[in-house]
Order: sequence, then structure tokens, then C-alpha cells
Amino acid sequence: MTANDLFIALPELFILGMACLIMLIDLYLPDNRRGIISFFSVMTLLFAGIMVMRWQVADAASVQYAFNGTFVRDSMADVLKLFCFIVLAAVFIYAKHYLRTFNLFRGEYYVLSLFLLLGAMVLISAASLLTVYLGLELISLSSYALVALDRDSRRGSEAAMKYFVLGSLASGLLLYGLSMIYGVTGSLSLANIAETTAVASGNITLIFGLVFVVIGIAFKLGAVPFHMWVPDVYHGAPAAVTMLIGSVPKLAAFAMAIRLLDNGLIPLQGQWMGMLTVLAALSIIIGNLVAIAQTNLKRMLAYSTISHMGFMLLGILSGTAQGYSAAMFYAISYAIMSTGAFAVLIMLSRAGIEAENLDDYKGLNQRNPLLAAIMLMLMFSMAGIPVFVGFFAKWLVIQATLDAGLLWLAVLAVVFSVIGAFYYLRVVKLMYFDEPESEEKVTAPADFRFVLTINGVAQLLLGIFANALIALCIASF
Amino acid sequence: MSVHLLSLLIWLPILGSLPVLAAGEQRPGIARILALLVTLAALACSVPLYTGFDGGTADMQFVERMPWIEAFSIFYHLGVDGFSMPLILLTNFFGVIVVIAGWRSITKRVHQYMASFLILQGLMVGVFAALDGMLFYIFFEAMLIPMFLVIGVWGGERRVYATIKFFLYTFLGSVFMLVGLIWLYLQSGSFAILDWHVLPLSLTAQTWLFLAFFTAFAVKVPMWPVHTWLPDAHVEAPTGGSVILAAIMLKIGGYGFLRFSLPITPDGSSHLDWLIIAFSLIAVVYIGFVALAQSDMKKLIAYSSIAHMGFATLGFFVIFAIMRAAGSDADQQIAQGAALGISGGMIQMISHGFISGALFLCVGVLYDRVHSREISAYGGVANKMPWFAAFVVLFFMANSGLPGTSGFVGEFMVILSAFHANFWYAALAGLTLILGAAYSLYLVKRVIFGDVANQEVAELQDINIREGMILSVLAIAVLLFGIWPAPLIELMQPTVEQLLNHVMQTKVP
Repeated sequence: MTANDLFIALPELFILGMACLIMLIDLYLPDNRRGIISFFSVMTLLFAGIMVMRWQVADAASVQYAFNGTFVRDSMADVLKLFCFIVLAAVFIYAKHYLRTFNLFRGEYYVLSLFLLLGAMVLISAASLLTVYLGLELISLSSYALVALDRDSRRGSEAAMKYFVLGSLASGLLLYGLSMIYGVTGSLSLANIAETTAVASGNITLIFGLVFVVIGIAFKLGAVPFHMWVPDVYHGAPAAVTMLIGSVPKLAAFAMAIRLLDNGLIPLQGQWMGMLTVLAALSIIIGNLVAIAQTNLKRMLAYSTISHMGFMLLGILSGTAQGYSAAMFYAISYAIMSTGAFAVLIMLSRAGIEAENLDDYKGLNQRNPLLAAIMLMLMFSMAGIPVFVGFFAKWLVIQATLDAGLLWLAVLAVVFSVIGAFYYLRVVKLMYFDEPESEEKVTAPADFRFVLTINGVAQLLLGIFANALIALCIASF
Repeated sequence: MSVHLLSLLIWLPILGSLPVLAAGEQRPGIARILALLVTLAALACSVPLYTGFDGGTADMQFVERMPWIEAFSIFYHLGVDGFSMPLILLTNFFGVIVVIAGWRSITKRVHQYMASFLILQGLMVGVFAALDGMLFYIFFEAMLIPMFLVIGVWGGERRVYATIKFFLYTFLGSVFMLVGLIWLYLQSGSFAILDWHVLPLSLTAQTWLFLAFFTAFAVKVPMWPVHTWLPDAHVEAPTGGSVILAAIMLKIGGYGFLRFSLPITPDGSSHLDWLIIAFSLIAVVYIGFVALAQSDMKKLIAYSSIAHMGFATLGFFVIFAIMRAAGSDADQQIAQGAALGISGGMIQMISHGFISGALFLCVGVLYDRVHSREISAYGGVANKMPWFAAFVVLFFMANSGLPGTSGFVGEFMVILSAFHANFWYAALAGLTLILGAAYSLYLVKRVIFGDVANQEVAELQDINIREGMILSVLAIAVLLFGIWPAPLIELMQPTVEQLLNHVMQTKVP
């Protein structure tokens, strides 16, 4: 380990240090001063962002390795980390309001979230099988605990238990797959694995290992048929945690897929392309169909996540730089959309009751036109209607699919995006066409409303000025 | 001549919606006045579009081209030719009409109503002006959002059903076009529509592409059998929504056939023209009968719209049959007959825009007073509303294609052109003149003439100055294009000829 190694991993080390520091500070804070924890956490993200920006990797070609080639810093890693910071900062600001209203305002949320972020960053920068696993477990363990944050909630504990059992199983399967790959290639480094598998691509043990790796990835993404945990966890966890799980870990899971499948096992592309095709098609079909039947917004968003992850897989499965950048664009725009949607849910929640029933959204336009307009933009964006950013995401992955010659899959994707549009339209219908059931004012702190407004308008601006983000994603590969 | 005229026409209404929204729910008066000012400004800005337009060339004019998404060579590329320019004028004209028409009848959330229409207007101009496939698609789709809200918020009783049906129907149609557009990009490396016009494509590819475009535009027109969303949407939409839907949105489907299907896939179109001709004739004849059976005024006009749009699509696609019927030696005759078909279809679209818009406004006038769209709720309206009755009779006469009104010109041209192709096409299409007259006059007889039917009709007040002004302007337009359509035909002549030259050459490599 050299000083340069530490320098390359500086943002990660900084987050680690700050997470520990915040944990310590929290011990000595009286309850009424706890707002400072949230402030510290957002500042931590800001400085970490500055660190990443300041020593940014110039282009896709200049890659820096650290810690004997187990840790990599390339432009994909930098871009993804930056968006992790941005999204998490928004999550922190939204969460403060939520935790206060629900009497859950404790330092643990922030500390665990920062550890989750650290795991995501490690996973994003992983260059060896061990680093992948390390990052993944850090994310998973933090999120198990976060789901059970409200320890008096039976639903939350049940969801955490389910998540833990299924998640451990998936981690075990992934580890099993990784060990097989190690067994065949004799190396943990993804770069070495790529070289070795290029020669031994027909090896049956290798393909066996690949299957388990794909299962692990599919579980983390929540792709059908490994999606069972998603609705329960989304539903059971406190909204602030659901929001978190829908944002940073999705970016990390995308990175995990790229690191393992592209950086490590690209010679097996012919094998994993077929597997991902099935996963993507099933996710898009099941996610969109089942979401229609939901009356609970959190469950609806859970199934919509499943379909979104299916769309993202469309980009990855083509195995081309264009496809990866499309998937990356999808992951980033999804994280922003999903965070915004949960923020609206939080803003509508009143003391002790989450606004998770679709009927809570009735007549929102009359109660708070701005909030309704933001939700409208988020819903149309998720449905993939131009000129919102969600359309560009769908367009890019469909283009990648067509480029890969999978016309049927592209047609299936667009047809199911029409079917999926129905349940987003239903939310708009409730907000705009129905009369409100309660006249209660919807209100939130100023910083919350400010960030939420930016979040909503970003749907529009990232769409109209999509060029910048598309260029950023393309430059990453 | 401003270089950014088209951008101005697109963004002025869209950005103009912001101050209207800012007026808020408490100050509907300000919202109305602001909206009127914005639409008037947009109309004023479209005057130079007409005066500066060079009718002697088929090239794109007022072109703007800026890189937008560089990685996929998508440009913010705008321009107009003889097809799109009249449609943009029509859009901006109806923008003003809609604001005035909703002046008193809309009382709920006026600012949002006006803002929706302003945004819609800008997006529709964008559809007509876009020369980049992706830009076109974005305007084409984004247009659904304000219309979805307009029908859903200010519509009638079954508005939710109608608006979701409208949205999903059109969305489903257009996603296939999206796949087609992306496929074309992957083939050509460009999203420019004009590049696609000269892209050689195999017959199989053209056939599939044709079908992809067909699903998008046939739903929009709408053609039989994918027309079922239109009566629902029309019936439930507020008057302004119906007017825009009938006058402009349906034209986008027809415009799409001219801009995409015919020039990009001429061989595919020629191969499958029987499909469109058959659907058009079914629309003209069968839907005409359906209209005859309606008891709801808006529904009747909606069905009549489908029948009239059938004329436009018939005119566009009859050209291939003309070529085949004429053989190879009669070039002059082909060009003449085919040009008649295409310009006839275009005239029909523009004239139908005026007439159907006017008819929906007339129904709106009655609905504002009696709150019923049922024909049976009326009778003898002429006794109480003589001025109004005069307008209604004029517009329904125009709707049935009376010579001297704009409704006659387009239909006559299309029927003449159909004679070049096949006697039976023309005969069947000609039948609609009788059918159109039948359902139009039957409605006029029941609603306008006869004795005063009930107390509500007895209390009717004649149209006020605001309503009279709108209807007069439309009446002048209908008569003007009926008596003197030459300027419009000449305006699009070069564009029609260029399209024909293009379509007659095979693109199969």
C-alpha cells in the first residue's frame, strides 16, 4: 500500500472517517440538537463530491488502480459516485422531515446510510471479486438494519427479516459462483479473469459460476424471478429507507453488473446475454402487469422498480459500450425519479401515517398545485413520455436493444411501457381529476420543498438538455 | 425575416403558459386575458410566416438547425414547406378561438385550462415544424399530456374513461413508430427526416416501416377500425378540447402520412395502399351510416370527422392506384390525377379543420345554455336563436359538401382524382356526399327547425357578440376557401409535385 493508493481511494476513506465521526458526535448530542447530524451528513457528501470532481479521471482510457489492482477508479466510477452523492444528499434532506414526523430522528439513519454509501462506492470501484463482495455486503448489511429502523413496527421487522434471509441466500449464491470462477481462472482480479476466460470460455464450471453470478446480480436489481423481496421491503420499510434503497443501491447494482459481466466475464457475453434477456423480458412483463393491481403506492412503485430494472438490463445485455451507457443513463435517471416520487409520498404523510394509499392522492391539485405538478412530471417521466428524462432513458435502451438485433425484445419493451403507463396515469388521474377527501394543507420545511422542486423540474430539464448527461454516460465507456 | 420565427411560434405559447399559471386560481380574469394576449401574439407572429413564405419552391423554409443530442446526431431542426405552413397557421388561428370559446364556459381552474392549451398549441406547432425524427416524436408524444389533462379535468361525466382511452390508444400507436424511427436511425446514421426521404430500403423493410408509421398515424387520424377512442374523447372533452382535437390533432395523422409514410416508404405504401384505401372507403361509407344513427350531437360530429378524414387519406393513397391504372405512357395524366388527390386531401384537412371546429363550437354554444348534448333535448332552436341558426345551417351545409363552401373543394378534388384510379372508388366516395347531407340535414331538422320543443329551448338567448365573432370568422374562412381556394392550392403546388416525383421513383436498391 502506497500513499498513491490512499489518494485514489480518498473519497471512500473520507466517507468512512466521517461516518465514524458522525456516529461519535451523535452519542453526545441531546435530542433537540440532532438536526446538526443531518447537516454534517450533507456536508460530508458535498466535500466527497468536491474530492471526486477535483481529482477526476480525465477520460475512459485513463484508469487508475490501487491496492494491488483490487480497486479501480475510472470515469464510470467517478460519474456514478457523483450521482450517488447528489441523490443521497436529496434523500438526507427529505429524510430529515420524515424522521422528525415519525419520531425516528436518530443518528443511526445517517450513519447507516453513509456506510451503505461507502459500500456502494467500493462496489462501484471494485476491480476484484473480493472487492465486489465486500462492497455488496456492506450495502446489504446496512440496508437490513435500515429496514428495521422503526423497531416498533411489525411490518418493518418482518420486511427486514425477509430481506435478510433472502439477501443472505443471494449473497451465498453469488459467493458460490465467484468461488467457481476463481477455481477455473485462479485469479480474483477481474482483469485477469477476463484474460483467462477468453481462452477457456467453453468451460462448464465457468458457465456454472456465471449462472450464480447472474442470479446474485438479478437479486440485487430485483429482476424477475428474483424479485420477491422487493414489494415487501418497499412496503414494510419506513418511506425514508425505501427511498434510500431505491436510489444509491440501484446505481451500485448497475456498477456491479458492469464490473462482473463486462470487466470480468465479457468473453462469456454470448452466455449471459441470453440469461439477461430472459430476466429483462420477465421483469418488464411481470413488473408492469402486477403494478396495475396495486392500491398501495409503495407496492406500486416497487413493481414499477422491477420493470425499470428490466429496462435497464436491456441496455446491459447488448454488451456494447453504447448499451452500457444507455443502461447507466437509465440507472441515474431512475434513481432521481424514484427519489422524487418517495419525497412526494413523504411530504403527504401526516404524523404517524404514511400517505401510501393511492386514495391519499385524490385531488392533490386542489390542495397543493405545485406538489401535484411535480408528481405529474415524475409519473410521466417514469411512464417514459417525452420530454421528460424517463423517455430518453427508455429510448436509449430500446435503441441499444435494436442495435443488438433483438427486435422482438424492443417491441415487447415498448408495448409493456404502454401497459405500464396506465398505472402512472392513474396517479395523475387521482391527483387532477378527483375531488380531495381532506382539505388539510400539505406542508413541509423550506429546504424540503426547495429540493423537491428542483427534483421535479430536473425531470424536465434533464430531458430538454439530455445531451449533457448522455455525453457524460457515453464518455464513461 | 426572422431566422428564429418557428422557434418563436413554438416557445412563445409554451413559455407564455408560465405567467398564466402564475395568475393562480384566485384571478381567473387575469389568466384569461394573459392567455388571449399570448395566443394573439402567436397569431401575429405567424403572419410573417405566411407573407415570407416563398410559394415557388418545395424546399424547406425558415430552417433552423442546431445540434441537440450530438452523440446520436439529433438536431433541433425546424422548417416548413407547403404542407406544414398552412397547418401551423391553422393551429395558431384555433389557439385564439379556443381561448375565446372557453372565456365564460370554463369556471373551474381557469389558469390551468388556459395554460394547458397554450402548451398544447406550442407542441402542435412543433410537430408540424420538426424536421428531425426524434424531435417530431417528442412533440408528437408530449402533446398527449396537456390533452389528457384537458379532457380529464374539464370533461363530462365519463371523462376519466375517455381520456385514459385516448392516451393509451395514441401512445400504443406511436411506440411502434418510435421503434421504426430508431431502426431508421440505425440504418442511416441520422435522425433527419429529409435524409430518410432518400434512403434506399428493401421492400420488406419498407413494408414493416410502413406498418409502424401506419399504426401511429392511423390511430391519430383516426381511421376505421382504430377510431373508437375519438367519439369518446370528443363527447367527454370540453368544447375547446373537442375543437383542438378535431381541427388540429387529427390533421397530425394525415400530415404524418405525407411527411413519413409516402416519402420514406413509397414502395411499401404502393404495396399496401389497398389497405388504406379500403379503410378509408369503409370510414367514408360505414362511418357515415353510423353518424346517421347518433342521438348525441358531439358524437355525430365526431363520426362525421372520421368519415371526412377518410377522404383525406383516400386522396393521399389513391395516387398509386392512378399510376397503376394509367400504365407507363400517360405521365401527364398521372401527375395531374395524383396531384389532385394529394392537394385535395390537404384542402380537405384544412377545410375540415375549420368546419369541424365550428361545429363543435356551435354544440358548445347550445351546451353552455341547456347543458345537454342530446339531439332530443332540442327542437325549434331557430325560433329563439335566429343568428345562431343561420351559422349552424351554414356549417352543416359545408360539412355535407355544399358547393361554395370549403367542404366541397377538397371532396370534389379527391373524388375527381379517385376517378383516375378506379370508377368504384369514386362512386363509393361520392356516396358520402349524400350520406353527409343526410346526417347533417337530419340533425339540423331536429335541432334547429320545427316548433319550440320544451321550456328550456323557449328560454334560449341568441348568441352574444363574443360567440358571434368567433362563428363569423369561421364562416368567412369556410366561404373564402370554398369560393377561392386557388391561393392555398398554389401555395402547396411545388411541395405536392416534389412529393409525387419522389414517390414515383422506387427506393428499392
